[in-house]
Amino acid sequence: MIKETAKQIEERFSQIGFNIPISEIESRLDKLVNEFKVPPEEARRSVVNYFLKEYNIPRGDFYIQQGEVPTIKVSDITTEGKWINISAKVVQLWDNTHESIDQVGLIGDETGTIKFNKWAKAELPPLEEGKSYQFKNVVTDSYQERFQINFNRTSQIEEIQEDIEIGTQEVEFSGVMVDIQAGSGLIKRCTECNRALIKGVCGEHGKVEGTYDLRIKAVIDDGVSVQDALINREVTEQLTGITLDDAKQMATKELDQEVVLIKIKEGLLGKYYSIKGPRLDRYILVEQISPIPPMEADKVDALLTQLEA
Amino acid sequence: MASQYSREVAHRVFAQEFRDSDLSFKDSNDQYSPQYLLTPTGAKINRMFIVGTLTEKEDIGTDAEYWRARVVDPTGAFIIYAGQYQPEAARAIAEMEAPAYIAIVGKPSTFQTEDGTVLTSVRPESVHVVDEATRERWVVETTQRTMERINNLNSNNPDAVKAMEHYNTDVSVYKQMLVDALKESTQD
Repeated sequence: MIKETAKQIEERFSQIGFNIPISEIESRLDKLVNEFKVPPEEARRSVVNYFLKEYNIPRGDFYIQQGEVPTIKVSDITTEGKWINISAKVVQLWDNTHESIDQVGLIGDETGTIKFNKWAKAELPPLEEGKSYQFKNVVTDSYQERFQINFNRTSQIEEIQEDIEIGTQEVEFSGVMVDIQAGSGLIKRCTECNRALIKGVCGEHGKVEGTYDLRIKAVIDDGVSVQDALINREVTEQLTGITLDDAKQMATKELDQEVVLIKIKEGLLGKYYSIKGPRLDRYILVEQISPIPPMEADKVDALLTQLEA
Repeated sequence: MASQYSREVAHRVFAQEFRDSDLSFKDSNDQYSPQYLLTPTGAKINRMFIVGTLTEKEDIGTDAEYWRARVVDPTGAFIIYAGQYQPEAARAIAEMEAPAYIAIVGKPSTFQTEDGTVLTSVRPESVHVVDEATRERWVVETTQRTMERINNLNSNNPDAVKAMEHYNTDVSVYKQMLVDALKESTQD
């Protein structure tokens, strides 16, 4: 057991150009494990760290994975703590909130987008929005139940000429519209940041005049699961036959914005719809919505046969 | 994800199965923990979706409006109560005329009579008039969902185990109910 571990450590050091006598590694391991009852994994870590310090080797050089790092797409990221290579375009750079972070934002490829985190300590070249890069030896992580990619000291970034197209994962869902939530219908948005105003107040900019918009926050339910859906102005207008101008007129006439919401609810709630669009958080951003066509007789017959079997 | 609040699914059950249900409970003692009704095929309901024919409605309130409505599906009737705490639904019922096809999203509620019988009813969140196609789709969908639950009854799913323990469900009764419902609703 100790001999094996020692051999592994010795091999790894020699790969990066340091020849450490295996006997020395073995005796250190043996002392920790057998004399001081340190668990084997912990002992290994401790011995490796000792030699890294002793020979002044950057930690990253030892722990970098050799050759095995797979090149994958954004949609393949399903676990944390995996080392990967990925080619992606910088979609957005966000304001960074912490001094330990150099740059933070969104990168994407044709399969979707994901948050990235470039540590200040990584000392990597600055990224620019809209440019595509190859990211080597980056690590997947999860933060607040969402996946992200971290760029650290062992990572490499190279700009590439190819312009990567950003794709989105389209999803479909069918069920009954069981609820339309507050903040639907005729709403006002902040002119600065486009956020929906709540009672004329923007969460960021306080009391502002705002501009009118029309949208629906719907809940679709198929009896097994629940799906939130965001329906933008264009799709709302098509679906309800109420344009933004109609909605403004209705509200002006009744001196109440709520009339629009009531009208929309009357038209849509309790009916079956099929929706399609990219997923964002818990929402589907609806690009297409259509009433589900009537049941086909042969499907019903098939169900009957199944039941009577 | 489990730590986040998640909306309760609106279950699909037929009136007959709903009427046969009498096991109501909470998952914890917390006063905000949701109330559930477990049905004989193992649907654990905090919210439900019904489509049926509104056949009768009556304002039984003394001071404020309090509506009782009867909504019929191929297997029986649901009783709906809507008062001042369900303003949207109560207003909708007040404006409706029976008979009409209506869709209801609501919460199950139970009442125990003096002789120990448990009566089930629905407190609606929303009530809307719908067309015949919606009603037909609901019958088919409810058949599918119920069949899935029946097929799952002998598994070790906790709701199924609990339902079998409490009701000792006779699966053939509910299978026959589904066959009848499907035949009745799809014949011309």
